[in-house]
Amino acid sequence: MTESLENLREKIASLEKELQQEKERNDSFKKREKIAEMSSEVVDSNPYSRLMALKRMGIVENYEKIRDYTVAVVGVGGVGSVTAEMLTRCGIGKLLLFDYDKVELANMNRLFFQPHQAGQSKVEAAAGTLLAINPDVQFEVHNYNITTVDNFDHFMNRISKGSLTEGPVDIVLSCVDNYEARMAVNRACNELNQTWFESGVSENAVSGHIQFLVPGETACFDCAPPLVVASQIDERTLKKDGVCAASLPTTMGIVAGLLVQNVLKYLLKFGVVSSYLGYNALLDYFPSMVVRPNPTCEDNWCRRRQQEYAAAEAVRATQAATAAPQPQQQEEAVTHEDNSWGICLVDETPTEPRTDPAGGTSPVTPPGAVVGGLAPGIRVAYDRPAADGAEDDSDNRGAVGSSAPPAPDVTLEELMATMKSL
Amino acid sequence: MVDAGTKKTLASIPLLKTKAGPRDKDLWVTRLKEEYSALIQYVEMNKSQDNDWFRLESNKEGTRWFGKCWYVQDMLKYQFDVEFDIPVTYPATSPEIALPELDGKTAKMYRGGRICLTDHFKPLWARNVPKFGIAHAMALGLGPWLAVEIPDLINRGVVVYKEGGGGPVTSS
Ligand SMILES: [Zn+2]
Repeated sequence: MTESLENLREKIASLEKELQQEKERNDSFKKREKIAEMSSEVVDSNPYSRLMALKRMGIVENYEKIRDYTVAVVGVGGVGSVTAEMLTRCGIGKLLLFDYDKVELANMNRLFFQPHQAGQSKVEAAAGTLLAINPDVQFEVHNYNITTVDNFDHFMNRISKGSLTEGPVDIVLSCVDNYEARMAVNRACNELNQTWFESGVSENAVSGHIQFLVPGETACFDCAPPLVVASQIDERTLKKDGVCAASLPTTMGIVAGLLVQNVLKYLLKFGVVSSYLGYNALLDYFPSMVVRPNPTCEDNWCRRRQQEYAAAEAVRATQAATAAPQPQQQEEAVTHEDNSWGICLVDETPTEPRTDPAGGTSPVTPPGAVVGGLAPGIRVAYDRPAADGAEDDSDNRGAVGSSAPPAPDVTLEELMATMKSL
Repeated sequence: MVDAGTKKTLASIPLLKTKAGPRDKDLWVTRLKEEYSALIQYVEMNKSQDNDWFRLESNKEGTRWFGKCWYVQDMLKYQFDVEFDIPVTYPATSPEIALPELDGKTAKMYRGGRICLTDHFKPLWARNVPKFGIAHAMALGLGPWLAVEIPDLINRGVVVYKEGGGGPVTSS
């Protein structure tokens, strides 16, 4: 007993020594001090000199302005983490990071995270790394799933009050990997009238996209079925046996780059911000288009924002006869002539011909139709039902059917009890 | 395409009417009652056809669901915990059904044990908003998943029969 106690004492002493050495080693790492003001002075100790050079070269009018901006990154995975790193290195004012996931070794085919971070929450691990890269950036991290009721309210609150001045953030970036979370971001941004970017990489890892969403002005994420880049692969023969999704650091890095490039253009007001930009990795093809809102969108906040935007536009129109026509619109018009949709459709899609939404005379946009049609190389992920809400009846629709359950006179509690007793 | 059996099952589950999610207060209660009615009818039908395969219950707000599902092979019953949250965008988006104890054991899962649905599920769900509910998600999502994945997991020895853990083969 005494002997083993002695052994333990020795072991503790040796571990303490090891810990002390490790601490000293960590302290010897040079931590950069905060920098009060961005300088364009070209010295090897100035992390901002090459960025401030954008100003000297006349690309950006006022680069320092970046320090006033707050960006929320939702989803800190293969795209979100790289996005956050780029913004950190650019010297963004504040970053809000949302993710409920942990770092796993299975993520190591992507950029940013390192094996020693496995097990840590993605947001905590990311904030640690990013703060070391640039201590001038403020970080606020939330380790939860935004799609659940409780978290969603908190998420909305942080989007609307999380900026450096406790106001709405300047832009929200959706870097999530699933439809549910995208729809949750969409709902929040429509409700809060918050401008945002959507980004995504396909499950086969060989295409991706970014989309700029201004509630009321552009299509929201719910205005049409998800827009995806046609991959030239016959989706019906795509092998999905045994796996859910593939991923490549290349595709994710490229999408993150396209995303942050457009965020910088939007925030610092240079160049043209893309409305929808696709990336087809197999062909190195980048289709782009403008996506207009759907007046019959299922999201009622979207429809409300559209009305507000139309009213504001009317005011602007009377004030000045400016507003140069967008070049993309012409391109779209050409698209409809040879192909009413410019899309290929999935297996289950009804094959009957549909009315041409580009006919122009129809006052009502078919639900699920992308207003203005689609550019070549972009398609909708799937079709949506007809406007009339007619019962689905065909094989194609995956028809279903008996009538709805009788509106029960019983209370919810009674139903819960019945279910439990089965 | 959805197989004929699944299609027949889907056709027998009552369709829901109320388009309401968990943030819609009173309307959500109406929707929840429809959900429970449809689920009760579905489970009763399963029992009558000797194909009872899951039980679910929820918290009182109906936002978090949990229960058991099971799969029978060679007269042995393999049982698993099932759980999911109702997303704020429900029923525009389906619930993401998870079997946490199988997390990391099959590639046909996303993180957290959420099952990987077929390419048919989301389009079909999208076309049937708000008529599809939790019972449909179980029939169209979890049922076919179990039928394909569990035999494979048993085969590979990843899932082993637990004596007594799963209860009797004949459902009570
Ligand atoms: Zn919309």
